[in-house]
Amino acid sequence: MSAVVQVRDLARDYSMGRGSVHALRGVSFDVAQGEWVAIVGPSGCGKSTLLNLLGAVDTPDAGALTIAGQRIDKLGDAAATAFRLRHIGFVFQRFYLMPALSAAENIELPMAEAKVPRAERRARVGELLGYVGLAGRADHRPSQLSGGEQQRVAIARALANRPALLLADEPTGELDAATGREMIELFRRLNVDGTTIVVVTHDAQMASAAARRIQMRDGAIVEEAAE
Amino acid sequence: MPVRLAMLALWRHPARTLLAILGIAVSAALLLDMVMLASGMRENFQGFLLLRGYQLRVAPKGTLPFDSDATIDSATALVRAIGRLPNVVAVSPVLGAQSQTTVGDSTITAFTLGIEPAVQGDYEIVRGRNLTDSGGVVVNQRWLTLARRQIGDTVTLAVGYDPQLRTVVGERTLVISGVARFFYTATTQPTVAVLLPVLQAMGGSTQRDRVSLLMVKAAAGADLEAVRNAVQLTSARISAISLEGATVQVEQRLAYFRQLALVLGSISLAVGVLLVTTLITIGVNERAGEIAVLRAIGTAKRHIVQQVVLEGLVLSVVGAVSGLLLGLLTARWLERILADFPGMPATFHFFVFQPRDAGISLGMLAAAGVVAGIYPAWRAASLPIAGTLRKEAVA
Repeated sequence: MSAVVQVRDLARDYSMGRGSVHALRGVSFDVAQGEWVAIVGPSGCGKSTLLNLLGAVDTPDAGALTIAGQRIDKLGDAAATAFRLRHIGFVFQRFYLMPALSAAENIELPMAEAKVPRAERRARVGELLGYVGLAGRADHRPSQLSGGEQQRVAIARALANRPALLLADEPTGELDAATGREMIELFRRLNVDGTTIVVVTHDAQMASAAARRIQMRDGAIVEEAAE
Repeated sequence: MPVRLAMLALWRHPARTLLAILGIAVSAALLLDMVMLASGMRENFQGFLLLRGYQLRVAPKGTLPFDSDATIDSATALVRAIGRLPNVVAVSPVLGAQSQTTVGDSTITAFTLGIEPAVQGDYEIVRGRNLTDSGGVVVNQRWLTLARRQIGDTVTLAVGYDPQLRTVVGERTLVISGVARFFYTATTQPTVAVLLPVLQAMGGSTQRDRVSLLMVKAAAGADLEAVRNAVQLTSARISAISLEGATVQVEQRLAYFRQLALVLGSISLAVGVLLVTTLITIGVNERAGEIAVLRAIGTAKRHIVQQVVLEGLVLSVVGAVSGLLLGLLTARWLERILADFPGMPATFHFFVFQPRDAGISLGMLAAAGVVAGIYPAWRAASLPIAGTLRKEAVA
């Protein structure tokens, strides 16, 4: 199976006062098409930094990063933005839905940005809401939805433009155990249906549900395990 | 979508948005008033001079009408000469003087005009009738009130006082024929008018065949500058002033008014800009996480900029439109205050509403709204996505 993600010797430092912190120290791995990878490790080990680099919201200090056949480690802001729009789906721990927009409008956002025709957008919103089990909640505002429902809307928004890669940062972090399990099931279904997923998590159940786990510590991969 | 997001961002804090709009409305009102004041005086001055259609004024050389006590001699011949010029329709001679009337123990000093009723352009009759003979006088309401007289009463006017004889001179007993509204004097200024020959005679030898001013009416469509030049050539002792010329001279004298209006208008505009900038910046700071998420899911920087600038623009335009009404109300109130200013002609207005002024104010505020949105828009678009999301997660 071809690699959707190719990470080679990726390094990222942050300035901290007079010194710097090595958040990533030469990380390398591949993610195949349709694979579900969980990145785990203690807080501050570089998981989120790695996810930000994979999502093209940050740029590495060294190394090469290729996603969907395109080098993204040296993209300028406009190109990185366009890349994210077309190829990356983001799911955040705190959902980050636009509070003033309805569930349907939140899902529509990336498609509107990508200039998808209105009729096509509406059809895709309906399809996605049905997929995440919120067909009757299209007009609800985030404040009218439970945490689990909000995360489902966020997942639907992330899938709107049919991204090559779905990135999730602690997607069950704000959910109770039962809702977390539902979320894991949703991710499993997404993966079965062909979505390539990289998830950063502290949640052992979410990590064990993934087909492959990458263990990080101090900015480096210390262990990899596959089911 | 940027339009909808901008509207929703403003709607999210209705009280804050409303207060911001009110603040901008106040700035807009002040700006409109200042623009109305700056351009209104000029426009109004022209209308003021054109009240009876006399486009030219002829004053003693080097002076403005009633600027000094100077007069033009040989007035009859001059009126005749100007009246014969091509495109001159009417010539109205006016002599100005001070007259005194004794009422009990007090004396009323009135501005007194000597006019020719058929061509006069200084007043309109409110009650009674116009001057018909040398025994009549037309007065304004102020004079009538002070003198405690009525139409038909007989009064004695004098135009001078001899300090050696300690008596008034140039006395004439006249019958009040009517009450008039005088265009060019304040309502608080006692004003009367008599026939020109009467006032000249009351002034004695010093006023014989003299006038303070000639008002000249040119034919419709005539080249006013050509008429003015022709009038000017009739005598070396006069200054023929066109409406434009008079406006320029008055503008020079009122330049400080315009400067004041400009400074106050600029300050109100700057306050509006700072207000909008502050509010939008606060909004952007509050929504930093949302903006970072929008950027993370692929929203272009230019769309974030559009959204934030639109917020400023909407605040400014809505505030400006509300301010328009407020500005008109405050202009009316200020006009009333200024109208009571001593010596202010009743027909003169400082604030004149013109759609162009409203357009200028709206345009300036809309531009200010855009300018006000630039800093917060730049700030929003420059937010580091990863760093902002990290901060939000920690918060």
